[in-house]
Amino acid sequence: MTDILNALALMANYVFVPGLAYGSQLALGALGVTLIYSILRFSNFAHGDTMAFGAMLTILATWWLQSMGISAGPLPTALLALPIGIVGTVLFVLATDRIVFRYYRKVKAASIVTMMASVGVMFVMNGLVRVIIGPGEQRFADGERFIIKAREFKEMTGLAEGISIRTTQAITVIVALIVVALLFWFLQKSRTGKAMRAYADNEDLALLSGINPDKVVLVAWIIAATLATIAGTLYGLDKSFKPFTYFQLLLPIFAAAIVGGIGNPLGAVAGGFIIAFSEMGFTYAYKRFIGYLGPDGWVPEGLMQLLSTDYKFAVSFVILVLVLLVRPTGIFRGKVL
Amino acid sequence: MSYLVGDKMTGGYGRGADILHECTIAVEKGEIAVIVGPNGAGKSTAMKAIFGMLNLREGAVMLDGKDITTMSPQDKVKAGMGFVPQTSNVFTGMTVQENLEMGAYIRDDDFSGTMEQVFDLFPILKEKRKQPAGELSGGQRQQVAVGRALMTQPKVLMLDEPTAGVSPIVMDELFDRIIEVAKTGIAILMVEQNARQALNIADKGYVLVQGRNRFTDTGAALLANPEVRKSFLGG
Repeated sequence: MTDILNALALMANYVFVPGLAYGSQLALGALGVTLIYSILRFSNFAHGDTMAFGAMLTILATWWLQSMGISAGPLPTALLALPIGIVGTVLFVLATDRIVFRYYRKVKAASIVTMMASVGVMFVMNGLVRVIIGPGEQRFADGERFIIKAREFKEMTGLAEGISIRTTQAITVIVALIVVALLFWFLQKSRTGKAMRAYADNEDLALLSGINPDKVVLVAWIIAATLATIAGTLYGLDKSFKPFTYFQLLLPIFAAAIVGGIGNPLGAVAGGFIIAFSEMGFTYAYKRFIGYLGPDGWVPEGLMQLLSTDYKFAVSFVILVLVLLVRPTGIFRGKVL
Repeated sequence: MSYLVGDKMTGGYGRGADILHECTIAVEKGEIAVIVGPNGAGKSTAMKAIFGMLNLREGAVMLDGKDITTMSPQDKVKAGMGFVPQTSNVFTGMTVQENLEMGAYIRDDDFSGTMEQVFDLFPILKEKRKQPAGELSGGQRQQVAVGRALMTQPKVLMLDEPTAGVSPIVMDELFDRIIEVAKTGIAILMVEQNARQALNIADKGYVLVQGRNRFTDTGAALLANPEVRKSFLGG
């Protein structure tokens, strides 16, 4: 019995808890991608670097708050800095829309053309972030580090394996939950949210109904920039901030949005967790897990790891390809790419 | 002067050739006007021209004595015109009730009364108001589409082939509903493939051929006209 509990604690500590946090970050990112896709009808490659930009502004604001002696006690100061980061990112994203994307809407460019333009925006944002904050790693998490330490958990339960929950992991999940709930409420219940869904559903009929396309686009950018900043900051808090990792995050984020069904917010959330848990599940070394469940005293010789962690992006890629082959609309019946 | 007139309209899509040639369509308040004719006669085009979806080279569109020729479709909706397109005329991913709410998007006042009227007209929609419109049958979808257009309380309702793809029984029912709508004082202009049934309920009929008015009369007179019967109604 203790063996089974130990095995479960091991899985919870190394797969479930980090997967939940990573999944929440991917879900927030995928929501932004899916929102832009359904309203502006292109895949926004700049979303990953929008996350980096938002996280960077939040870090700068965090440092500023810290220099003023302001902190959030046991919570990271970054939570207080988040609104500043959001406002800055929203303004920046609206400026890119004004300078770049508005033109492609006006000439009714094919979605692939707008997508390539977004690749350009991505490189510019990427460069800006590196110029402003530097290409190196930044750690900006402060406050209490752990909610439960592995040692405390072991003492509490008497198990050999401990579960540790970091403050940043708990904050990630809680913030993601609140944000997703707010977003769904907005889309389902508010007048503007319904107008956005109507516009995504049938643009011509939405125009006939008197829905203002400029307003819908504006609100979509504001929400996408907000989501990107929150997702970027949470990811940076949980791991660490490094501009290049956000560019790499683009793949799992797109995989999440497409697996769930692009254009479908519920699908983006589900897709985020599917991708996160798959990556975790495939790259985890099951040696000790099987050791607990197998016969007494026996431990497998190898690491029992399906894929090295270096290959974690391959997992998203394989899932992405499989979904596109078998069910192009995704799990929740989004649009076909 | 009629309540809504498309007077001597000439024009086509974009810079293409003219499709309409001095085509005149008019409808009175509380009346049903029907545009019929063979395929490619410009029936839908005539309606779209009235609604401002293509540029007229000549002619004018007048609503209640005001020239609205150059008004955008969106502004025409605000001016009291409702338009039900032939296809993609509902928000498939949204519930019936949300479809109606979107129809009333330009209204700032309380539209629950109008929604009740629509539900009275189409009782099935009240029953299915929480269902996504995309899951309804063809006939029910058309009811949602008409209901959505009625939410702005239009003075003119324009229907582009409302009975396309529905069964004869559903078609009769839809026509009954359309007559009811007309009785509330709304001017109805519709394009129809089912010429005989449509002319049956029409106060006024327009037979178009190659973008020109060929016959214009009351519905009953057109049905009785041997030439119209022979050429367009199959004897």
